[in-house]
Amino acid sequence: MSTSSPLPDLNDAADRSAIDASCRLPVLTFFATAILWLLIGTIFALLASVKLHNPQFVTELPPGVTWVLNQLYPAVPANIVDALNGSLTFGRVRPAHLNTVAYGWASTAAIGVGIWLMARLCRVQLRHPGFVTAAGVIWNLGVLLGTGAILFGESTGVEWLEYPPYATFLLFIAYAMISVWAVDMFVHRRPGHVYVSQWYIMAALFWFPWLYATANILIHHQEVQGSASAIINWWYGHNALGLWFTPIGLAAAYYFIPKVIGRPVHSYYLSAFGFWSLALFYSWNGGHHLIGGPLPAWVITASIVASVMMIIPVVVTAINHHMTMRGNFHVLEYSPTLRFVVFGAMSYTLASLQGSSMAIRSLNTVTHFTDYTIGHSHLGLYAFFTMIMFGSIYYIVPRLVGSEWRSATLIKIHFWSCAYGIVLMVLVLTVGGLMQGLMMRDASIGFDKIVENIAVYKVFRSVTGVLLTVGHVVFAFHFLLMILGMGRAVGGPTLFRHPAKP
Amino acid sequence: MNRLPTLFIGFFATFLTAWLGLVIIPYFQFGQLEPQVDPDTGDQFPPAPTGLALRGAQVYRASGCIYCHSQQIRPADLQDGHNRGWGARRTVPRDYLYEKPPQLGTMRTGPDLTNVGVRLNDAAWHHEHLYAPQSKAAWSIMAPYKYLYTVRKIEGQPSPKALKLQPPYAPAEGYEVVPTPDAEALVAYLLSLNRNYALPEAPVE
Repeated sequence: MSTSSPLPDLNDAADRSAIDASCRLPVLTFFATAILWLLIGTIFALLASVKLHNPQFVTELPPGVTWVLNQLYPAVPANIVDALNGSLTFGRVRPAHLNTVAYGWASTAAIGVGIWLMARLCRVQLRHPGFVTAAGVIWNLGVLLGTGAILFGESTGVEWLEYPPYATFLLFIAYAMISVWAVDMFVHRRPGHVYVSQWYIMAALFWFPWLYATANILIHHQEVQGSASAIINWWYGHNALGLWFTPIGLAAAYYFIPKVIGRPVHSYYLSAFGFWSLALFYSWNGGHHLIGGPLPAWVITASIVASVMMIIPVVVTAINHHMTMRGNFHVLEYSPTLRFVVFGAMSYTLASLQGSSMAIRSLNTVTHFTDYTIGHSHLGLYAFFTMIMFGSIYYIVPRLVGSEWRSATLIKIHFWSCAYGIVLMVLVLTVGGLMQGLMMRDASIGFDKIVENIAVYKVFRSVTGVLLTVGHVVFAFHFLLMILGMGRAVGGPTLFRHPAKP
Repeated sequence: MNRLPTLFIGFFATFLTAWLGLVIIPYFQFGQLEPQVDPDTGDQFPPAPTGLALRGAQVYRASGCIYCHSQQIRPADLQDGHNRGWGARRTVPRDYLYEKPPQLGTMRTGPDLTNVGVRLNDAAWHHEHLYAPQSKAAWSIMAPYKYLYTVRKIEGQPSPKALKLQPPYAPAEGYEVVPTPDAEALVAYLLSLNRNYALPEAPVE
């Protein structure tokens, strides 16, 4: 195997477009529902964020809605107004936000990107599109039922695993269907090189059902005792990021960066080394969420060691991506896909190195229990993963619908409002979180003073959230135009500016 | 690495190590703990939760309390909570043996609740606080949990359970605010939160 094998893609444009055409229904199903959940998740995020500096914000339905519902009695039960008012409480919208963005947006987009990449990289038309689309429908039904359950008071109260069993079961079935399909695709691939993106996708599709089943069965069905259940909870919570979102995000980065700039990945060996070291270390990280918690020291220590070891796969991958990009950074000026994906890949390096530092006990004891952690998770799931998904969708959708994105300006607005929004949000949460953590250690500062001192950061966070919202609405609108066949039918791809012009 | 079996053996082996290390071994090491029994009195620590408090733990979970409140006290060297009166000692695995799942939490937007039943032991205070947190602390950013309460017209005698709220949180003239069964269960659970007893592995200093 050569150290710089070219992307194992097809030279024949006709074959490529036949593969893209075969992906059309399932991939668009996943993308459209993902973007819908992104909008819903953004609304929950704004509600939760504003409630943290203004607790009286939208505590009940608008009077008009209540009046209409009351008129519909007895067709609508009398207690429905109370139930709906309850669903607007912080304790409900906060988990609804996490679950709609993690399972509704991020996972659904990840599956969409993953199946398209599998078809392209296996170099065969997507097999059983009806089966894959059915998995998408079941998946969305699971997210809908689970989120409804949280809003109406059936949350399990386990972070990242709030959905009750009937919803998790649907998600598991849908996920397993995609995994089985991926193996089938892999077995029927055209002979030749297996690209690094395929390892990441296959691994993620293998790990996640195991992870998800273990956590749900032991926490919700076997009801393992307290502290053992807590470590399983965070082993799951961290691996959802590390062994599901990260591999799919990296698979996309490994595909789109070389693809857009038109040169192979810098080093096959760095790719392989980065992959296997990630597989080995990431899965052990979960315990760093419980530093100082009621657990034996060895569990925590093992996780701290593995978290620090994560520097290896992260730096290796960063070097590999950087060396691939070297000499081609000017392409960022005109390719939307590349700009989103490179922004994401750089954020991956930053988020991961920050994560390793946060596992160190002395820093962790300050940042734990504060907004600093929230900033870190947004750096990971948003600045890294979500931005890469945006870039991937900008590349894939025109190939599925047969027309180009309507407007470079809309993409520009999307990029800049999200880029500024997330950078500012992470900064605000990081500084606010550090202050919160440092004040918390000083018993002479009363809890009331801490709440008052960090209030301004919570206001800033809502403002940055508005920036993200603008980006999401513009993106969803642009996507809707594409789905409705209102894309640009003629001309080359939609670029920020034409590469020929200075 | 072009062959499926080779890849899958690698996927399996790497993940298996963590699965054994962070799931299976912990389950056998501290997943089957027993309560500590006082040989003289026969009292058990931690005390087994009883009916109403057990139901209240479910309300606590479903209401999302965990997103702002932790229930764990870290070791003294981390300057964690001991000096704020949140707990007399660090918490250990045995403290959570009845909790399936525990509500350890990852955020302290609000104070830690490990021992809230000790420092705030008045049920009426909790009801008023849950209904209108700012009536108890003007600086509080806690969400009002109004859906746990019913505002109703007073018919005959006012209910003895009615909340004694001051304006501007009091209901309109002729109305009263009474807790739902969920609210009563939640408050019973909060009052039951006390982990200040001594355990051999975690003495109270």
